[in-house]
Amino acid sequence: MNSGNTPQSRPDQGPPPTDKTKMAIAGVLLLIPIVALLWVPSYAKADPELLGFPFFFWYQFLWVFICSALTWTAYRLTLSARGKTTHKVGEDR
Amino acid sequence: MTPQLTVMATDTGGVNGVALTVLIVLFLLVTVAGFMASRFKRAESMESLEEWGLGGRTFGTWITWFLLGGDLYTAYTFVAVPAAMFATGAVAGFFAVPYTIVLYPIIFIFMARLWSVSHRHGYVTTADFVRGRYDDRGLSLAVAVTGFVATMPYIALQLVGIQAVLEVAGLGGGDNILAKDAPLFIAFAVLAAYTYSSGLRAPAVIAFVKDILIYLVIIVAIVYLPGKVGGWEAIFGAAQDKMTAANPADGKPNGAFLPGVGQGWAYATLALGSAMALFMYPHSVTASLSSNSRNTIRRNAAILPAYSFVLGLLALLGWVAIAAGTQPIGLDGKPNAQLVIPQLFEDMFPSWFAGVAFAAIAIGALVPAAIMSIAAANTFSRNIYKEWIKPDATSAQEAKVSKLMSLLVKAFALVFVLSLDKQNAINFQLLGGIWILQTFPAVVFSLFTRWFHRYGLLLGWAVGMVYGTVQAWQVANPRAGINHFGGSLDPIPAIGDLGYIAMTAFVLNVVVAAIVSAVLHALKVSNGNDETIAFDYFADADDPRVQKDLAEHGSHDEPYGDPDDIPGNAPAR
Repeated sequence: MNSGNTPQSRPDQGPPPTDKTKMAIAGVLLLIPIVALLWVPSYAKADPELLGFPFFFWYQFLWVFICSALTWTAYRLTLSARGKTTHKVGEDR
Repeated sequence: MTPQLTVMATDTGGVNGVALTVLIVLFLLVTVAGFMASRFKRAESMESLEEWGLGGRTFGTWITWFLLGGDLYTAYTFVAVPAAMFATGAVAGFFAVPYTIVLYPIIFIFMARLWSVSHRHGYVTTADFVRGRYDDRGLSLAVAVTGFVATMPYIALQLVGIQAVLEVAGLGGGDNILAKDAPLFIAFAVLAAYTYSSGLRAPAVIAFVKDILIYLVIIVAIVYLPGKVGGWEAIFGAAQDKMTAANPADGKPNGAFLPGVGQGWAYATLALGSAMALFMYPHSVTASLSSNSRNTIRRNAAILPAYSFVLGLLALLGWVAIAAGTQPIGLDGKPNAQLVIPQLFEDMFPSWFAGVAFAAIAIGALVPAAIMSIAAANTFSRNIYKEWIKPDATSAQEAKVSKLMSLLVKAFALVFVLSLDKQNAINFQLLGGIWILQTFPAVVFSLFTRWFHRYGLLLGWAVGMVYGTVQAWQVANPRAGINHFGGSLDPIPAIGDLGYIAMTAFVLNVVVAAIVSAVLHALKVSNGNDETIAFDYFADADDPRVQKDLAEHGSHDEPYGDPDDIPGNAPAR
């Protein structure tokens, strides 16, 4: 990461301790909507319709909500993966 | 166009008195709000970029939500997306929905890091960050100039949005140049005045009014209109008929009802390319950095899609207009798809509500125009004026230059739109989208790694810029009689289907950057000094270590360098 000349002299200058599993899950949750929506042939069709809307349209509207829920879950996961953001002055992690 | 339906009676020619009155009253309301905004979360002094240009980095989750919503979903979007649906169908129009969905996971990943490092080092622009990361003036200048140039036509297009509304309301016609453009002049002069005095706080306050109006108008329209034209079945039926019908110009279908075989790439690359590009624009970065904590951005990534839903409904109004038989005819008597949404509202709603809708679009132009001019001005004063012209400028002088530049940028946009063909603004906006994406590797990759070499990134950027510009120039649109800049799609090399030129240029950019980086690392060419440390990318506003640095140094005004040679603290003065 640091091919430049950045000394890492103090113990509190690196990234905070992180639960890698939780971060990986969060990453997958964020990737799901991107893959789903960029895979256009999977939803570029008219049937089944819903309330008069062709599949293509209501499916993408549905993803607005799914993506929002996934992003919120990923947000909670990243918070818990890094523990509390605040801690006592002078306390090194 | 849709002969199977009766054309609604319209009186495009005359001035719509009631609608115009409502429009003017709402405009006056936001003008007062704009001037009062300087008292909002009041600062001791507005004489720094931190305060004038970033609102003191104090905006919480909801203000950021309104501000970013008001910033990203511009008047031009409201006019152009339904117009594209109306004219050429789903590929050109509805991609805006997946675009604004995949946008948020993408910014979730990198924007918190950018917020943290900017907070620690007082960066106001992405070019500031690149300057700090590589200590390279050339790469920083490339990022700054790209951002500045890409933003200019975007501001101009906000004027096109206001013009569309004024034209349908019956203003702006006539041959008298003064009478024709006076309303636009007045609107922009007022906008310039309160942006100058209140800075980023003005659009933050006005965004509340704008977004509430937009939500109100679209929800009413989407509940009320389908019943008037025979329900959604009839709407999609009319759209399908129009899109599959042969175009008299070349005998091919008018447009796409759904993306057909071979159009998936176009739809996907337009969505992904636009999503990656959007937060490279200075105005998006400005609105993001003005938030008060790194988590504000991430919370917003989960709640901003509410706007995407509304944008999707708005896109479908373009097809409601097909079913309603809306005839968007300009005051010059020629058909102009850009007028379709204002015309639909004028045809279908009582005058007073049409006035509210017009106001929503017009005010929707003021918020992004204000933020864009502030962001472009910040970029100029930080990365061009202070870096190249007057390195010892104080933060008060920086703010002064920014304020003057914000006026100049808006004046330029006005002259641009009034003196040149509108098509020029649209062409440059198209180019701007291609260009701004070429700064993505230098900014976003650098947030995670310094493996890429500064000269590799610069060369990749240059290759992407040239390739994108040449390709876009070569796109012809015979139907519209245009030989150059006819669209943003081009066959993807090696795949053959049409794709977004910006994405092809981006891939080329990354390949060049990677190869050159590998070679330069092998040759042991210096990759510059990095003034940031790993912790900077995770720091939050309430972190005691950050608080300690802030207390010791008192200010984040000094952007570059680390005179006390203790890495990890805020830059000393």
